[in-house]
Amino acid sequence: MLEIEIDGKKAQVPDGSTVMDAAQQLGVYIPHFCYHKKLSIAANCRMCLVQVEKAPKPLPACATPVTNGMKVFTHSDLAVKAQKGVMEFLLINHPLDCPICDQGGECQLQDMSVGYGPMKSRYTEEKHVVFHKDVGPLISMQEMSRCIHCTRCVRFGQEVAGVMELGMANRNMHSEIMTFVGRTVDSELSGNMIDLCPVGALTSKPFRYTARSWELQRRKSISPHDSVGANLVVQVKHDNVMRVLPRENDAVNECWISDKERFAYQALSSDARLTRPMVKQGGGWREVEWNVALDYVAHGLKDVAREHGGDAVAALAAQSSTVEELYLLGKLMKGLGSGNIDFRPRQSDFGSDFKRAGAPWLGMRLADIKDLDAALVVGSFLRKDHPLIAQRLRQAAKKYTKVSMLSVTADDQLINLHANLSVAPSQLVFALAAVVRAAAEAKGQAVPAGLENVQTCDTSCRIAASLLDGEKRAVFLGNVATQSADATRIHLLALELGRLTGASVGFLGEGANTVGAHVAWALPSGANARTMFEQPRKAYVLMGIEPEFDCANPQLAIAALRQASLVVCMSAFKNDPALEYADVMLPIAPYTETSGTFVNIEGRVQSFNGVVKARGDARPAWKILRVLGNVLNFEGFDYQSSEEVRDAVIGQGVEFVPGLSNDVNDLLLSLPAAPVAALERIADVPIHFADPMARRAPALLQTADARAPMLRASAGTLAALGLVAGEQAKVRQGEGVAQLMVQLDDKVPANCVRVAAAHPTTAMLGAMFGEITVERA
Amino acid sequence: MAMLGAITPVLMAGLDGDNSWSLKDYVARGGYEQLKRILINKMTQEDVIGEVKKSVLRGRGGAGFPTGLKWSFMPRSFPGDKYVVCNTDEGEPGTFKDRDIMRYNPHAVIEGMAIAAFAMGANRGYNYVHGEIWELYKRFEAALDEARAAGFIGQNILGSGFNFELFAHHGYGAYICGEETALLESIEGKKGQPRFKPPFPASFGLYGKPTTINNTETFASIPFILKMGGEEFLNLGKPNNGGTKLFSVSGHVNRPGNYEIPLGTPFATLLEMCGGMRGGRKLKAVIPGGSSAPVMPADVIMDCTMDYDSISKGGSMLGSGAVIVMDETVCMVKALERLSFFYHEESCGQCTPCREGTAWMYKVVHRIENGQGRPEDIDLLNSVLGNIAGRTICALGDAAAFPVQSFLKHFGSEFEYHIEHKTCLVPKDVQWAGSGFHKIPA
Repeated sequence: MLEIEIDGKKAQVPDGSTVMDAAQQLGVYIPHFCYHKKLSIAANCRMCLVQVEKAPKPLPACATPVTNGMKVFTHSDLAVKAQKGVMEFLLINHPLDCPICDQGGECQLQDMSVGYGPMKSRYTEEKHVVFHKDVGPLISMQEMSRCIHCTRCVRFGQEVAGVMELGMANRNMHSEIMTFVGRTVDSELSGNMIDLCPVGALTSKPFRYTARSWELQRRKSISPHDSVGANLVVQVKHDNVMRVLPRENDAVNECWISDKERFAYQALSSDARLTRPMVKQGGGWREVEWNVALDYVAHGLKDVAREHGGDAVAALAAQSSTVEELYLLGKLMKGLGSGNIDFRPRQSDFGSDFKRAGAPWLGMRLADIKDLDAALVVGSFLRKDHPLIAQRLRQAAKKYTKVSMLSVTADDQLINLHANLSVAPSQLVFALAAVVRAAAEAKGQAVPAGLENVQTCDTSCRIAASLLDGEKRAVFLGNVATQSADATRIHLLALELGRLTGASVGFLGEGANTVGAHVAWALPSGANARTMFEQPRKAYVLMGIEPEFDCANPQLAIAALRQASLVVCMSAFKNDPALEYADVMLPIAPYTETSGTFVNIEGRVQSFNGVVKARGDARPAWKILRVLGNVLNFEGFDYQSSEEVRDAVIGQGVEFVPGLSNDVNDLLLSLPAAPVAALERIADVPIHFADPMARRAPALLQTADARAPMLRASAGTLAALGLVAGEQAKVRQGEGVAQLMVQLDDKVPANCVRVAAAHPTTAMLGAMFGEITVERA
Repeated sequence: MAMLGAITPVLMAGLDGDNSWSLKDYVARGGYEQLKRILINKMTQEDVIGEVKKSVLRGRGGAGFPTGLKWSFMPRSFPGDKYVVCNTDEGEPGTFKDRDIMRYNPHAVIEGMAIAAFAMGANRGYNYVHGEIWELYKRFEAALDEARAAGFIGQNILGSGFNFELFAHHGYGAYICGEETALLESIEGKKGQPRFKPPFPASFGLYGKPTTINNTETFASIPFILKMGGEEFLNLGKPNNGGTKLFSVSGHVNRPGNYEIPLGTPFATLLEMCGGMRGGRKLKAVIPGGSSAPVMPADVIMDCTMDYDSISKGGSMLGSGAVIVMDETVCMVKALERLSFFYHEESCGQCTPCREGTAWMYKVVHRIENGQGRPEDIDLLNSVLGNIAGRTICALGDAAAFPVQSFLKHFGSEFEYHIEHKTCLVPKDVQWAGSGFHKIPA
């Protein structure tokens, strides 16, 4: 520990601290622009110059290491003169037109110029003009003359996003921030650069000039977009969500959010919202009052249950539904005598149902990822499925964590990987088995029963060795592992690997409330998400999902829905395909308009309130379900608030839910028979098509991540199929046919084609990881 | 090569032959003997560094930091990679000495670097050559090939078990890449921008490994120091200013060129060696150490001897030894305008005071030179340069501020005249006569 005195205040700081660290510990404010606690030190803005005793010159607080007994003065004449000098330099070429700048009112330069800037400029020469740039639909670089060259955006790209998309070109006052000749900024975390920019150089394109920061009310919320449950500040004007920013929580999202979380709000106030309950009558749709719609639904469900038994009713909910919604939906189904409820529409193997020891979760806290010595991610499009977990692993890999990937494509995760193995979906289970076997052999233990015929390879041995080395290690099962036809086997193999190596085993989680859904017991006692469509039911309740995009096998789901006599679709958005098979459309409130609770993948309970009034006649889904329960005269539907529901499910003031476990009872490790050699489909869920909200956010749909799916395959596979990159091809699964552009992608394993799911052009296809046939168009 | 008078050169001795840069000639002059002696007699690292310390060799690149002391900062026993880097990125206006060393005596640099590498336990070296002297980069590459073939660099040098790989790397002419950490960034393939120090290169240098960077002339002096002994080298010069040094004399003298003279030689003697002032005109001012050194008026410099301490006492710095001589035909405003433009142009743009301040200073000086000056401009310049000096990441900010400061200090009246009369104090025809390029209009 070192002793330091800043402005007369004494503090003890750890070795290696900088003066800035010490000042923050003491609560002394030192002005700065380029310094950011999550980024490397650049010391280029020079705003944080302070006086240090015995130093002849002022020193930058951000980069000056504390020495024992150091005395620092942040407000001495020397320090203030230096700071004012820097401020004058920053302002000479900066446009002084704050009233017409989009950053006005929330600009660090503007704020600090009040404290340190001169009343009048001594600079009478022409100001430097920097040409604007177009870097894509999210970040506006329209006013680059405002840039003060702090390079926060550049460092963010290099260090946090993992890809240097912005750089500072040229030198002297002609320096400018730009992308590599004509490219766009495509990182899934790019929006954070807008927050980092201390001036109005990088601004949010969708938000630009739609509101002033002082007109906005800041309200806390929780992201419904992925399993991390990023903490958000939703900024609101006149009951409209104007923008979404990260709320700092080091244990969850640090100070970052993904672009999906940042820009999906655009869908909330768009015309795509469903605002009135609608009932199909005589083949046409009619807007009705809520009481009419609910009566219709209640009677319809009751009639089906009475005539065909409760088992003829099924409910399927999105994983981004709240604990309250899922719990009440489950209760409603129970009241109808049905156990057919599920929240895992993309899953196809439910072998571990009734066998799990608890709610599956990450197996550790998010904040502990940085301390891992090794991690293996199995079956994941990590960067796109879990941008913030990928970010944490990226930072960890920079230090000493050996991060390995075992997945179905070799996509660049922008992580310095220890090993990267990609295999066909049907081979994933065998590849993981090889790692298990390698681990057993490395430990000198007997090869687990069932794995006698598995062949190890160099990579599997390398991965196994990394998992055996060090204190803390983890195996993470990604969305592909969860959605795989061999999900249970992969789960069991991961547990065996954990047992052999001492690594923790966890799931990355498909949705915002995956753990919460388990806790709310929205699990089937009857038909699950697959069987409820394989054996068609008479009535379906769909909550927050769009089966054509969200199901493991959309063909099967749509066919079942078409034959049903009653389909109740609870949705926040108009959904044209649903108009064909649904009978009732109930407008529900998205996360900004309802209160509720998400339990994130580490088991953290995060409740939130609505931040704006519900749009039109939309109502919180938990209220709709509660009233439905009342109309049906079911017991236990008397909740007055969502908090009451939550307390009934989780209890009051619980920070982490109990009963988390990834263990499985009574299941034996086994491997499937060697798969028949057939062309396999690899279906990723493109990041901006993963949920109904993102699908309707115009800016997100213009990004590189939202390009229409192509048929991607390696050169060898293309040659074997007689396809040529750049031409059209027809892909077929069952009855479904899609025509796609062919793209060469050597990151796709042999004998596989990558055809994304969740997109209108591929919605008519079948199983995400099933057989597929391809022919030239 | 201009080496005149009774003074005996050291570094540049015996370079009269047609092939002085060849290995054969260098060996004939006694080259590589010191490397052999060290490796075969198994001199210790401490002995070598001790000898360099005794010589009080001060860094020839500009800062004048004692080389022996710098070498002793290197964690010699630190396991893993260590580097020695030679800074031949000679970009300082007025300086042209390193290119002559590279042109005529490249093997002295190679031998010096090999000895330095041995003394500091480094096994890899780079010579960063300025981008605008391409032919010398090629010549150095050829010299490296010769040295490699003869076994003076490479693996297991002279059977001693000592390995040293040396590579040449050329830049693209940016002045800032002569700053040692910007130079390291440039070798690493990044944009040449100085790093913030600490950490210093001795602990975190090239690729994050301990690194020592010295000037070409510094490395070239090493074999000669070991040959004659540190003490004798020191005695060539004067106390605390050991040895001889190359001075690049340019400007209004009869014989501009490189002059190797002992440190402590009076300026008057150097001027005499250069054949005196051109056209017999009166000396007005001298920039004694490259364009970033403060200018010295004639009467001050005439009393100085050419060494670090005397020049420093006179209010400037010896820097790289680039002596820019200006006679009475020079308009100091015009001269400063050119200098300020250089620093504005070469600022890397990384940190605020330098990026914004150098441009501002240039614009103001430019304005004064072009008859647009205002009475408050001199105060403004002094205030702006005060906000740059000492506030930047590297020394370029200081280098840009010192000329302005010293020109205003010593020749402020010319600036005032310019502002008041919208024209030069030195009449245009006198300036043209002195330039040697303009014909005086009839």
